[in-house]
Amino acid sequence: MKAVLAGFRMFAGYIGGVLGADAYKKYLAHHEASGHTVPPLTEREFWRDRTDRQDASPQGRCC
Amino acid sequence: MGTMPDGTQGGSTHRSLRGTAQLDDGFDPDPSLPPTSVDDSVRDSADRTWTPAKIALWAAIALLGGVAWFMLAIIRGETVNAIWFVFASVCTYLIGYRFYSKVIERYLLKPNDRRATPAEYKADGKDYVRTDRNVLFGHHFAAIAGAGPLVGPVIAAQMGYLPGTIWIIIGVVLAGAVQDYLVLFFSMRRGGRSLGQMAREELGVIGGTAALIATLLIMVIIVAILALVVVNALGESPWGVFSVGMTIPIALFMGVYLRYLRPGKVMEVSLIGFVLLMAAIIGGGAVAGTEWGAAFFHLDKVTIAWGLIIYGFIAAILPVWLLLAPRDYLSTFMKIGVIVMLALAIIVVRPEITVPAFSEFAGRDNGPVFSGALFPFLFVTIACGALSGFHALIASGTTPKLIEKERQTRLIGYGGMLMESFVAIMALVAAISIDRGIYFAMNAPVALTGGTVETAAAWVNSLGLAGVNITAGDLAQTAKDVGEQSIVSRSGGAPTLAVGLAHIMQQFIGGTAMMAFWYHFAIMFEALFILTAVDAGTRVARFMLQDSIGNFVPRFKEHSWRPGAWLCTAIMVAAWGAVLLMGVTDPLGGINTLFPLFGIANQLLAAIALSVCLAIAAKRTALKYLWIAAVPLAFAAVVTITASFYKIFSPVPAVGYFANNAAFAKALADGKKSFGTAKTQAAMEAVVRNTMIQGWLSIIFVVLSIIVIVTAVLATIKALRNTAAGLPNAEHEDPAQASRVFAPAGFIPTAAERDLGAEWNKLPAGQGLEKSGHH
Repeated sequence: MKAVLAGFRMFAGYIGGVLGADAYKKYLAHHEASGHTVPPLTEREFWRDRTDRQDASPQGRCC
Repeated sequence: MGTMPDGTQGGSTHRSLRGTAQLDDGFDPDPSLPPTSVDDSVRDSADRTWTPAKIALWAAIALLGGVAWFMLAIIRGETVNAIWFVFASVCTYLIGYRFYSKVIERYLLKPNDRRATPAEYKADGKDYVRTDRNVLFGHHFAAIAGAGPLVGPVIAAQMGYLPGTIWIIIGVVLAGAVQDYLVLFFSMRRGGRSLGQMAREELGVIGGTAALIATLLIMVIIVAILALVVVNALGESPWGVFSVGMTIPIALFMGVYLRYLRPGKVMEVSLIGFVLLMAAIIGGGAVAGTEWGAAFFHLDKVTIAWGLIIYGFIAAILPVWLLLAPRDYLSTFMKIGVIVMLALAIIVVRPEITVPAFSEFAGRDNGPVFSGALFPFLFVTIACGALSGFHALIASGTTPKLIEKERQTRLIGYGGMLMESFVAIMALVAAISIDRGIYFAMNAPVALTGGTVETAAAWVNSLGLAGVNITAGDLAQTAKDVGEQSIVSRSGGAPTLAVGLAHIMQQFIGGTAMMAFWYHFAIMFEALFILTAVDAGTRVARFMLQDSIGNFVPRFKEHSWRPGAWLCTAIMVAAWGAVLLMGVTDPLGGINTLFPLFGIANQLLAAIALSVCLAIAAKRTALKYLWIAAVPLAFAAVVTITASFYKIFSPVPAVGYFANNAAFAKALADGKKSFGTAKTQAAMEAVVRNTMIQGWLSIIFVVLSIIVIVTAVLATIKALRNTAAGLPNAEHEDPAQASRVFAPAGFIPTAAERDLGAEWNKLPAGQGLEKSGHH
């Protein structure tokens, strides 16, 4: 049972990664590693900024 | 479309050249860190050591693949089992990946893991983020795979299964995957620059401008024809209209949820969206079953086309968070789920295929589904899945900014395209698993089938196809099974694939009672991919147009300037909308005349991308290995230019746009009231107008592409001459910077990579991460 759960977690984590669900976590990790003095964006601010930047640089989707 | 801080030219070039040489020599800049790359000699010797187990494994793969090809191509009994398609393709992909892509890596691209990738040296935590290779593989695959590989193989099945199968499998190994890999690698070396920017740098102003205009026009055509596929799938289908229509409020809800209620909960909202989507499909059946529902959602194709045009404009000016981003999540989610499920179903069900290897139409040029001879038209009909130029736009977009290590480009670029090719093979299997009579009744234009089950059955039986004998009852029953009013002349590929998929899936889960659900499930996900592609394509095209106009009227370059953005969006929507309406109202059967244009456009884009790659490759390798890019380029160029010439110059009206134009113009001049499949004078005038536009589009595409190819060949010759004379070539790569991270290259780490990874894991936490301070 434990193994099934762990397997499912891994799968969900993978799909989440493909969808980009972990983008904020990665941003925080980068922010910390690069030693900024300013506080990072909050989760809400980060996602707003992310979609708003997509407005300015659209990416094609394939046929 | 990344903006490039290009301040690092001039003086730094010299330093960077020395840096590159040092990095290439195995120089590691930071002795406190473990090596950032497996030692070249260790990797080489591992590659070249053939243990008995390894030999046995590859011999088994080769043998299984060989047997599978033998079963498909030589044996050809009464039926062939679908499992052989799976074995033939997967074994060929494995061999292509293990051997051919390594040749490209070793002799042409020469990736160097000591060099930092853009995700490392430009890391910003937002656009440039190092991403796990297996996650990025899924991400890249989701971005390149859409409705294309699902539609083309279905239409090409007219000629039998073998021509399409050979082209999809061999084409991807030698052309499609090569293009994706090269573009991804070259863009990565240039900080993630777009194909357009690379064309401008490598081919100069003329070649670059021609490439830009061609790309813009090709995008218009591709969006229009994808939209046409949706219109054909939803026309006169209340169930489809309801459930696909419901995706809009579902996406809006998801957008609001992510923006205001629970920001960042992407998985959660995707699951909610998925459940709502399933509810919309099931609810669609109930709604279409009621009298008011059937009446209200029963829309003709012209109405749906107008709806799609209005939708396209609004969707492209709405903020991304509201509609595009949430639907993107939904579409990615569905894409992975559906493809895994279809693969499982084919392996479990293993349907018997009765379609012949070469059909009666393989040797003729007047097939009802698409006209033209096998060469070149089969090769343009199946574009996505074998060689798709559109991928070059993706491979030079987001993906290169996320790659962790240079060597991973082989897995993601080459491997990702193999995966898409497999999707195309599965679509082909689904399409040929249904009865051939039903296939032709569904895919021929109304002008031939007459639109009713009786006339369609009579027409199909009159074709004299071996083993084909259908009754009006068969067609009516199939329509009833999938919950549609009619399946006659539901051209465009999507409905046929949906019937095939429903046919296979019901044997896997649910039985005949579930067929209608599976059918509308298939229609739904295809529509979802296409709506996302239409919306994103309109946006990208709008930006390209704004940038181009901005060269004359600077104000247009400000992307936030509303009037400019709205005007350019309206122009792009009007452009593809006009082609869409032309296709919907075409008396000759829109998809049947327009689909070749789609394939030609897509592969001309591939020729453009490969031209740029050839010009770049010429600077970094000797003539000896240039064939890696030159062979697929030559093939794509010959196929598309020949196809274009047929479309422009062929005297056969069914093939040549202008021949058809002349025939109809003459009939009008003679005062005829109807001609061929056009039953009224207005219809005849429509044909004259449409063929003229299609003909001129063909001319413009082919001329622009020839300009790009010629400028690329000139740039290639110049680069080779420079090399021969010992002169340096202009280098547009970003300066080399030393990497400070390590990650394995392939799906499964090698022994040497595992050892090195263990060394990195021993570092104290926090060390080994980039400490870039640029903000």
